[in-house]
Amino acid sequence: MFLINCPYCGERDQQEFKAGGEAHIERPKQPTELSDDEWAEYLFMRKNIKGVQFERWNHAHGCRKWFNMARDTSNDEIKAIYKMGEKPPTQ
Amino acid sequence: MTQNLRVKSSEFIDETNRISFKFDGKTYYGFKGDTLASALIANNIHLVGRSFKYHRPRGIMTSGSEEPNAIVQINPNSNITEPNARATEIEIYEGLEASSQNCWPSVNFDIGGINNFLAPLFPAGFYYKTFMWPKSFWEKYEFLIRHSAGLGKSPNTRDPDIYDHRNIHCDVLVVGAGISGILAARNAAKNNFKTLLLDEKNELGGSTIFEANEDNKINNNLASEWLKKEINELKNIKNLEIKTRTSVAAYHQYNYLLARENLTDHLDKKDKKNKIRQRLLKIRAKKVILATGALERPLIFNNNDRPGIMLSSAIKKYSNFYGVVCGTKNIFFTNNDSAYESALSLHNKGIKVEAVIDIRENSDAKIIKKISDAGIKIYWSHTIVDTKGYKRISSISIMRLSNDGTSVTGSKISISCDCLGIAGGWTPAVHLCTQSGSKLTFDEERKIFIPKADTKEQISVGSCGGDFELDEIIKNLNYKLKNFLNINKTDFDSIALENDHETSKRNIWLLPSDQSIGKTKPFVDYQNDATAKDIKLALREGFRSIEHVKRYTTTGMGTDQGKLGNMHALGIIADTAGVKMGELGTTTFRPPYTPLTFGTIVGRNVGKFFDTFRRTPMNDWHIKNKAEFENVGQWKRSWYYPKEDETMHQAVQRESKAARQSAGILDASTLGKIDIQGSDASEFLNRVYTNAWSKLAIGKCRYGLMLNEDGMVYDDGVTTRLGENHYIMTTTTGGAANVMGKLEDYLQTEWPELDVYLTSVTDHFATASLCGPNSKKILNKIIPDLDLSDDNFPHMSFKEVLIDKIKCRVMRISFTGELSYEINAPASYGEAIWEKCIEAGKEFNITPYGTETMHLLRAEKGFIIVGQDTDGTMTPNDLQMDWIVSKKKYDFIGKRSLYRSDTMKQNRKQLVGLLTEDPNIVLEEGAQIVSELNQKPVEMLGHVTSSYFSPNLNKSIALAVVKDGKNMRGKKLFIPMENKNISVTVSNTIFFDEENKRINA
Repeated sequence: MFLINCPYCGERDQQEFKAGGEAHIERPKQPTELSDDEWAEYLFMRKNIKGVQFERWNHAHGCRKWFNMARDTSNDEIKAIYKMGEKPPTQ
Repeated sequence: MTQNLRVKSSEFIDETNRISFKFDGKTYYGFKGDTLASALIANNIHLVGRSFKYHRPRGIMTSGSEEPNAIVQINPNSNITEPNARATEIEIYEGLEASSQNCWPSVNFDIGGINNFLAPLFPAGFYYKTFMWPKSFWEKYEFLIRHSAGLGKSPNTRDPDIYDHRNIHCDVLVVGAGISGILAARNAAKNNFKTLLLDEKNELGGSTIFEANEDNKINNNLASEWLKKEINELKNIKNLEIKTRTSVAAYHQYNYLLARENLTDHLDKKDKKNKIRQRLLKIRAKKVILATGALERPLIFNNNDRPGIMLSSAIKKYSNFYGVVCGTKNIFFTNNDSAYESALSLHNKGIKVEAVIDIRENSDAKIIKKISDAGIKIYWSHTIVDTKGYKRISSISIMRLSNDGTSVTGSKISISCDCLGIAGGWTPAVHLCTQSGSKLTFDEERKIFIPKADTKEQISVGSCGGDFELDEIIKNLNYKLKNFLNINKTDFDSIALENDHETSKRNIWLLPSDQSIGKTKPFVDYQNDATAKDIKLALREGFRSIEHVKRYTTTGMGTDQGKLGNMHALGIIADTAGVKMGELGTTTFRPPYTPLTFGTIVGRNVGKFFDTFRRTPMNDWHIKNKAEFENVGQWKRSWYYPKEDETMHQAVQRESKAARQSAGILDASTLGKIDIQGSDASEFLNRVYTNAWSKLAIGKCRYGLMLNEDGMVYDDGVTTRLGENHYIMTTTTGGAANVMGKLEDYLQTEWPELDVYLTSVTDHFATASLCGPNSKKILNKIIPDLDLSDDNFPHMSFKEVLIDKIKCRVMRISFTGELSYEINAPASYGEAIWEKCIEAGKEFNITPYGTETMHLLRAEKGFIIVGQDTDGTMTPNDLQMDWIVSKKKYDFIGKRSLYRSDTMKQNRKQLVGLLTEDPNIVLEEGAQIVSELNQKPVEMLGHVTSSYFSPNLNKSIALAVVKDGKNMRGKKLFIPMENKNISVTVSNTIFFDEENKRINA
């Protein structure tokens, strides 16, 4: 059970949050111009790596804000938490 | 012969408080402070159960939670009986009843014992190998296997006890109150850390508290005496909370731990009443100190499982702590010095110790000399090759070990005994440490897994960290504690320590016998009856991974999770396969450390507290009017309103007819409502719905379909434009929270530039839906000032009105195909408005109807229910709803996916109507649809999604999804059911009033 530092509310139990999958996948601005493969890439393909992964999280039972998290999937260490629209931290 | 095995009055046992209890139907006596195990041993009962597979007689082996054999059924004759309780952990109380498990008719005469003699027929993987042929026999085998499977008997009524949860936040959590834990907790608390100290036992002090070795001294006192004083002082320390009988079950990431506090299990029956039985502690600690100690290892040799064979440390605890003697003729078998302490304890109490068998060549520890001086014979370099005694050990046979330890030589010596203490060394209890994600490292010399490294948030101290000798324990604890808590000194900096040191070591995972391994039974996992032979067989058959060997042989898979024998299993695998143990790794230690009751896990969340439920403002009226309710998400919705002894079918038929012939009223308060405001509100709706919204006039309503980005229908509902920049969206009842979440997600992450604000107002409004040809007349009575003409208030429009000075929103929208109005009133006036409608509708026989009738009426019109007629694989096109998908809009959620090759395929499953050949047969929802009856195998074309008997059409109607259904109009299909095949014809999805005339009736 993680202890997550919501950038708007502070440290809260994981129970209050909802995970929202891989971060930094931007919705294409012009979907109609994309081939089926390109659209499928956006729609379905997600990374599942061992190591630091960038994820979207939502403080669903709190402020309801979305934010990003860099988490090491091998040991669940939360490396960084940053707001939507901000660039991922470089290691 | 009760109590004759008590050696002396123990300070931990209250001999003035005699307690009676029942075991296997007979009454025995023990004292307050006894466990069931110590009380049974005092009554000279060792045989307490039968093993799982071979039904071999088994006795008490340990004195703690690692016990594999002495698992009993509590209150065996009660409906709320509890299986698999460990006799070594149950504190006896007046009225306790327990019985043996896994035996029939009794533990002394067990029919299943025949399995022991059939043992050669039950090798590892027996079930996988045997019951595969002939294939068709599996069902017969399964019946028999299931009959003999399982340990104990589960309760068959609801648990009447009260359980509780508690959240705890602390600075330092110390797990285990042995000498390390006590010193750690004491120093943490004294340095102003809010400290919590937990121990699974009822007494603090771990194994030091009953230590009698005069060579182990602290400040010139016996270690146990010194520790007792320390414990006494704990109660004066601020910031320190101590919980005994509290076992940590799980250690999750970020120092989140779950512990079970046992509050009443040790109390007399009459004192248990109305008290919380167990409490789950949910602990978030800034720092965790693990002081969980070590578990003694058995030795693995031929027939090492007879009643009377016990861990050496357990024998010591029974005699020193409980004042109970495990045998009158004792032998110890060891590979280290600790067994000599147990032997000396017994000897000093005048109990006969026949011999000590030691696999080592010698040892020069002080304690060895004391044993020799006591005249106890020590057999160096010897091993036990066999034991005798069916229900209690009666003798052992020993032989000299070869130098390499793989065989035995010389002549066999037989020694009689009634108790054998075995000491195979110590395994640090690293279970919690690894559960937290910390890694282990293997100490090749000492043959133990220890934590690889301490962290800023977690340390392991004492024997769970690999320190076994007093001076080593205290020295390392002192050093680690200072670093961990960032303190300069501890209150045991200058403590004076004296203790013996072990110098000689020898470890043999599987001890040899004079017989070939195939003829021996060296048990590694006592509870699951897995022997070293099984493990070797698994390796011969090609298993290599420790996780695979575990599952194939079931080693370590019992309720004790192999706390005793797992290390030996690893050792035997490593030796046999010729690999290093460190490279082999361990099996995963999973929570819980010891079993938890379901009651503890669910706490107070039982019965009506199991899940939150929501009721509408009109709920009381529904109850008063005898509504039956159904769960829709968390909502309790009126399902139907039976009159007198009407069946559900009769009620629904009556309600459905009334709504079409005169007037009906439905509580639609549960529909999700989202208030949408902002200058970009119209643009936002354009992007989330498939149809266009910019041109919707103020005061008008529009139906919208919402897709997922994959093009599949996600939700639907009517949205009304209340003002230039103000809309109110309705969603399905079940989808409300998800739709809100999805809209917020897009607004925050994809389109933050849009000026849009969302507010969930589901609970703010109560909704009464008036429906039927007379609904206009009823509404006119309620709001006489409002012009209800089609010109002023047409279908799909909205008016803000006052009803008795209450501001309400009325939408003329319809989910039934009838003329229909939805009155939205502020929630607190919901019931008043509802009653007003009922009152006004009396002259038109207004009929309240529930969700079932609503479903039936909309099905007559072919209106979909998202989640019933759709399942996340249906596009608007599949639903034959192309009309609602804008071709002009550049983009909306899911649009691109509608042009993928797969979603554009012609023969996808599509929504159609079905009419049965016999109009009285109502199809089963979920029934499969085929086109051929005689062909096998036959393709499943789809399934029935909605099905009802329509009273307005006087025939059965159904909606279904069928492959290429659009092109099947008029085609005959079949629904094969268990006893009959039903013929159906594919039809239009609209069964009633196809021209939509009634909406303006």
